[in-house]
Amino acid sequence: MPPVMAILLKDLRQRSRDSTLLLFGVLLPLGLAFLFSLMLGGGDGSRFNARYAVADLDRGPDATAFVGQVLEPLERRGTVSLQRVSSVQDGARLLERKEADAVFVIPAGFSSATTPEVIGGAHAPIAVQVAREMAQAFAMERQSIRLAVLAASRGLPVDEERDSRLARRAQEVAAPLTLVSDTSATRRQLDTATYHAAGMAIFFQFFVAMFVMAAVFEERRSRVLARVLAAPVPRAAVLGGKALCGILIGLMSMAVVVAASTWLMGARWGPPLGVVALVIAGVLAVTGIAAAVAGFSNTSEQAANRISVVAMVLGVFGGALFPIPQLGVLEVASHLTPHRWFLTGLADLAAGLSPGALLTPVLVLLAIAAATGGLALTRVGGMTRT
Amino acid sequence: MPVLEITDLTKRYGDLLAVDHMSFAVEEGETYGLLGPNGAGKTTTISMVVGVLDRDGGEVLIDGLRHDVTSVKTKALIGYVPQELALYPDLTARENLRFFGHLYGLTARPARMRITEVLELVELHERADEAVTKYSGGMMRRLNIAIGLLNRPRLLVLDEPTAGVDPHSRNAILESVQRLAAEGVATLYTTHYMEEAERLCDRVGIVDAGHMLAEGTRRELVGLLDEHDRVILRVADGAARAVPTLRDLPGVLKAGGEDGDLELIVNEARSLLPAIIGALGEAGVEVRSVEVREPDLESVFLHITGKALRD
Ligand SMILES: Nc1ncnc2c1ncn2[C@@H]1O[C@H](COP(=O)(O)OP(=O)(O)OP(=O)(O)O)[C@@H](O)[C@H]1O
Ligand SMILES: [Mg+2]
Repeated sequence: MPPVMAILLKDLRQRSRDSTLLLFGVLLPLGLAFLFSLMLGGGDGSRFNARYAVADLDRGPDATAFVGQVLEPLERRGTVSLQRVSSVQDGARLLERKEADAVFVIPAGFSSATTPEVIGGAHAPIAVQVAREMAQAFAMERQSIRLAVLAASRGLPVDEERDSRLARRAQEVAAPLTLVSDTSATRRQLDTATYHAAGMAIFFQFFVAMFVMAAVFEERRSRVLARVLAAPVPRAAVLGGKALCGILIGLMSMAVVVAASTWLMGARWGPPLGVVALVIAGVLAVTGIAAAVAGFSNTSEQAANRISVVAMVLGVFGGALFPIPQLGVLEVASHLTPHRWFLTGLADLAAGLSPGALLTPVLVLLAIAAATGGLALTRVGGMTRT
Repeated sequence: MPVLEITDLTKRYGDLLAVDHMSFAVEEGETYGLLGPNGAGKTTTISMVVGVLDRDGGEVLIDGLRHDVTSVKTKALIGYVPQELALYPDLTARENLRFFGHLYGLTARPARMRITEVLELVELHERADEAVTKYSGGMMRRLNIAIGLLNRPRLLVLDEPTAGVDPHSRNAILESVQRLAAEGVATLYTTHYMEEAERLCDRVGIVDAGHMLAEGTRRELVGLLDEHDRVILRVADGAARAVPTLRDLPGVLKAGGEDGDLELIVNEARSLLPAIIGALGEAGVEVRSVEVREPDLESVFLHITGKALRD
């Protein structure tokens, strides 16, 4: 067995033991698809009904946004029933009496950096899981808005008024229930459900790659890497095995997103062969970028932090988190991100363009993968330094 | 031709010269010990020998072949037991072994057989399918060693393999090293346990602060000392009376003492002991206890560096 395969198999085994495989390969993509199916309607998701309570102990603008933009629209649609309680204790009582499935607690001092807390009732695991995903998605979205505003105003003189205007605009755009009806060629033919699912899926690939790459540093710290390097194995095989592991888990999670969103939300992804080509190219590109970022890091924490920031920034610029054109200047920058090409490719597919039209996005994605993967390889020496 | 030959091996960490022009060789079937205190540069030397650390100078030859971090062919000849527990804790012992077996190019059937062999050797065969996290520290140590033996190395490199191991396991480890040496494996062994070096090693290199201070067999190293054997006797009374008699014995270089204690510096304590006891008996001195102190590697270390091996 070639060393790179041995390393891949070993890593897959480890990732299945530490549940990374289950979490990133199955649960998270499933949760995402489920969440979008709830928020965007359609498919079987609309039959879902959960009873939530919300204790808003903060009452600030962010807290109001969560209740007003996430929970209330769902209530209006009849997907969830919502009770307002004034304290955590009141919420807990409802759970005890099984009068609610989960309680959202928005702590005092709630801001864009925090996630609403979810207290779940043991009797309704699915409703609790959905509540958690919603809270998580909300926090993630807020975070990305903050980053986008930061990125957009970088290099400009400080102007609080402009920044808050930008933030307001971004928040309006980001309201999860705003159905996007923009006229850009990018998404004209891509329905909202598919767009969101695809954007989130490619966004999450970074975290898959991050977890897998961080293992290199863990192995270095525990010195087991030294032992691997003492074996007759080229150093590049260590990185290669990790990258392959990330690619496999990534493909798995993509497959789950595609399947679940089709089933739950009636997402229309287009001709399977084209989707497969785009998904593979997209996963390769993201894995390459993550590997390159890891290559310039020294510890797993550092690599994780940097990959997260890169994921956020690229996700925002690439339109994976909220639509691009509405942030104007950022639209141009989106062409530097794999997300943009991935989504463009999907839009072309959905529009029924000939397979030839896929060539450009797929080639660009593969070029990103080759360039960043090559860059990562030049850093193997440093990464595996013992 | 030696299995391992290193010449002028040098490694710097910034201003620190961790290994300074180190040279030595290990022959087939020979066990060579690197003895030195914490921070002496043992692990750094070994990391360069096994090819996981780039050197700043010098040369490493394995079976006469140039060897460095990118050498695949020579790495296949080395078995390496790192000082740390270099294991995947979430895998079982057998899975750990299988993985490293793959890295050394063992194919399925020979790998299975070899894995069973080494598991038995380190007495882990009954718990081979448990996750390593459930092992005790000593069991992890034994697995750490087992992995190093997988590829039937020409050169076995062990970096303090017995640290934190109970006496029973320690004995088992030392015995297996001795057995491998008898089969012709060349062994490089680092330790700061003087007793281990004395028991296992055909030759010992004494290192401190990156330097090789002295090397040779135990006898050669002890010969570097001006020191002689010492005999310490506890007697009932009449110590002072016995001293002149003892001084006259051939082979006794010095004798002294007062009250109940006598101390003699002699050439060969063990062969002289009957004569000493006999002389005391004739002088009517009753002996209560006898202690013989022969100079050991610890004393050699103290002599050369002016400090103790362990503090
Ligand atoms: N990666 C590193 N960076 C900087 N200095 C280092 C590094 N590794 C080792 N050193 C230094 O090199 C010297 C030799 O260390 P080494 O680990 O080789 O000692 P050792 O003889 O194995 O000690 P011990 O008995 O404690 O294992 C020490 O002073 C140590 O601090
Ligand atoms: Mg050491």
